[in-house]
Amino acid sequence: MSHKWGMVIDLDRCTGCEACVVACHAENNIGTAGPDQASRGRAKHWIRVERYWEGEFPNARVRFQPVLCQQCDDAPCEPVCPTYASYHTPEGLNAQVYNRCIGTRFCANACPYEVRFLNFYNPQWDKPLHLQLNPDVSVRSVGIMEKCTFCVQRIRAAEIQAESEKRELKDGEFNPACVQSCAPKAMVFGDLNDPNSEVSRLARSNRATKLLAELGTKPSISYLQQDSWQNGKNG
Amino acid sequence: MAKTAEQIRTDLLRPLFYSGPGYWLAVAVTGSMVLAGVFAFGYQVYHGLGVWGLDWPVFWAFDITNFVFWIGISHAGTLISAILRLANAGWRRPVTRCAEAITVFALSIGAIIPICHLGRPWLFYWLVPYPSERHIWPNFRSPLLWDFFAILTYLTGSSLFLLLPIIPDAAAARDLAHGWRKKLYGILSLGWQGNPKQWHRLESAMHIMAIAIIPVAVSVHTIVSWDFAMTPVPGWHSTIFGPYFVVGAIFSGIAALILAMAFLRKFLHLEEYLQPIHFDHLGKLLLTFSLLWLYFTFAEHLTAWYGNDVSEMNVLWATIRGTFAPLFWIMVACNLIIPFPLLAIKKLRTITGTVIASITIVAGMWIERFLIIVPTLEHKFLPYAWGHYTPTWVEITLMVAGFGMMALLYLVFSKLVPMISMWELEAGVRKAPIIRRRAVSFEAAATAGAGVGQPEPLATDVRP
Repeated sequence: MSHKWGMVIDLDRCTGCEACVVACHAENNIGTAGPDQASRGRAKHWIRVERYWEGEFPNARVRFQPVLCQQCDDAPCEPVCPTYASYHTPEGLNAQVYNRCIGTRFCANACPYEVRFLNFYNPQWDKPLHLQLNPDVSVRSVGIMEKCTFCVQRIRAAEIQAESEKRELKDGEFNPACVQSCAPKAMVFGDLNDPNSEVSRLARSNRATKLLAELGTKPSISYLQQDSWQNGKNG
Repeated sequence: MAKTAEQIRTDLLRPLFYSGPGYWLAVAVTGSMVLAGVFAFGYQVYHGLGVWGLDWPVFWAFDITNFVFWIGISHAGTLISAILRLANAGWRRPVTRCAEAITVFALSIGAIIPICHLGRPWLFYWLVPYPSERHIWPNFRSPLLWDFFAILTYLTGSSLFLLLPIIPDAAAARDLAHGWRKKLYGILSLGWQGNPKQWHRLESAMHIMAIAIIPVAVSVHTIVSWDFAMTPVPGWHSTIFGPYFVVGAIFSGIAALILAMAFLRKFLHLEEYLQPIHFDHLGKLLLTFSLLWLYFTFAEHLTAWYGNDVSEMNVLWATIRGTFAPLFWIMVACNLIIPFPLLAIKKLRTITGTVIASITIVAGMWIERFLIIVPTLEHKFLPYAWGHYTPTWVEITLMVAGFGMMALLYLVFSKLVPMISMWELEAGVRKAPIIRRRAVSFEAAATAGAGVGQPEPLATDVRP
């Protein structure tokens, strides 16, 4: 049975600690922009924790919403790329093929979630971060787009391991870096084609919603939240 | 116009062989503008796109504004020339060549910009479908690829449309020229002898091209608009964008044509050829398009406002009363409030009046393209991901270089080819009977075609 990788993010559990952001940077060789470039909007965060405030001080309440590539089934970024650099894999991932990318940036403009990033310069790492690069992940050069891959290197490693042991992948056998590092266990990753996986079970929850579902992009990520979250009555 | 054929030739061929110091000064100024652009591009390639003002999430700004602007300017020439030819408007004769030249040059600039704007410009040829070592075709679903083919088709078509009517004029210049010019005009005139068979072929070719180029021109700017309209993004995802862009393109194109004509008139001393009546006619056309632009802009914004979709409203408010409001209202002034009285009141629709209106319209239409692109990218769906854009010197230099290149190409062209089609002008002057049937046209041409380049009026010609 082919896999359909998906994720569930429980917004009622998220504490906004941003461990996922740090883990993602470390796992995926994402360069650091530095304070000057970051203030100009050049920081690259494949996953970010969006903060929204409700109410006015002192009765304000903050809401966290981790946003990463939604790995859409009908992804607006894919058809617009003239060189097939943004490409839909058979397992339903929105892959970014770095070597094909010529940097039109059309994908980033078409993406409603703003989860695609341009390498404005060749990547750099503040010392000693340059010593911890992940050998499983390629480093992206200047002028090309990059984005969350659902840690495709971990998916491939686990698939190869399972194949060599002639067995099926087990649910929860591996996780992307963000899920692995989530202390309150707000994020769950797995195979949506397996009806018994934890991610499938949670995605069927009546708390589940999709981000910007009205656009018809069919994201692979579900957000769990109480109804009152949406109505703004809680708190 | 009581000029004889000899006078026309003397007047129009003179600028080819004599240039004053003013000309070389203009070449130096525009040439350094282009060189500055080359330097800025080199700087960008060396350091990376980070030297531009782009950021997350504004990934297109000045670059694509300039692209849409120049492709828009290119719509004046060929389209107007083709329509006027098909409509047999007699007053078109002195206007067509400078219009067609605008198209070819503006289109060339418009085609270079998307290459410069790439993150890895040296790989632009990956858009070309050729059997490559990568074993992959370009993605034909991408509007950028549609752009590539549309612009290539339009550039080929409008180059032919420019070069075809040059043939008889190049033959006339060939007979006067020496040295490299003789070689050049020999190539451009393609062995033209002015016999009836050649005239007939030229006539047919021009007629076919005039018909074929109109749908191509309309499709080009429609496809440019689809770069935006095909994305599910507020402010862009609009069915009206195709015609809206085409109207805006022709609008800015006519303005550019009026400016080019005014320059030629002054600096090549063509006062007797490009007369106030031509500016008057084009001024009326400009007025029509100003009103059409108002209609489309109003319809576009009213629909967004009435629909009251949250994300659409964010873009709309940012444009008309937020950070972009000053630019928006300058645009309205440039495209409507200033030009309207200048073009609508007969007394003001003079050469000066139409030139002032054209300057504001060219500026206004540049701003319009900027306002279509940037406010949307700054305000997409998730408010956390909203951003801000300011250009850097690199982008501004590249924009200036675009204008410099247009002027430079035009200056060089005016020294190579008569800027007014001599044979078409002569055809308008000659007092031949109106010949309606092609068979008769042949015969008449055979008897009249003794001198080199003596043209016969088009078969269905009507003189002004």
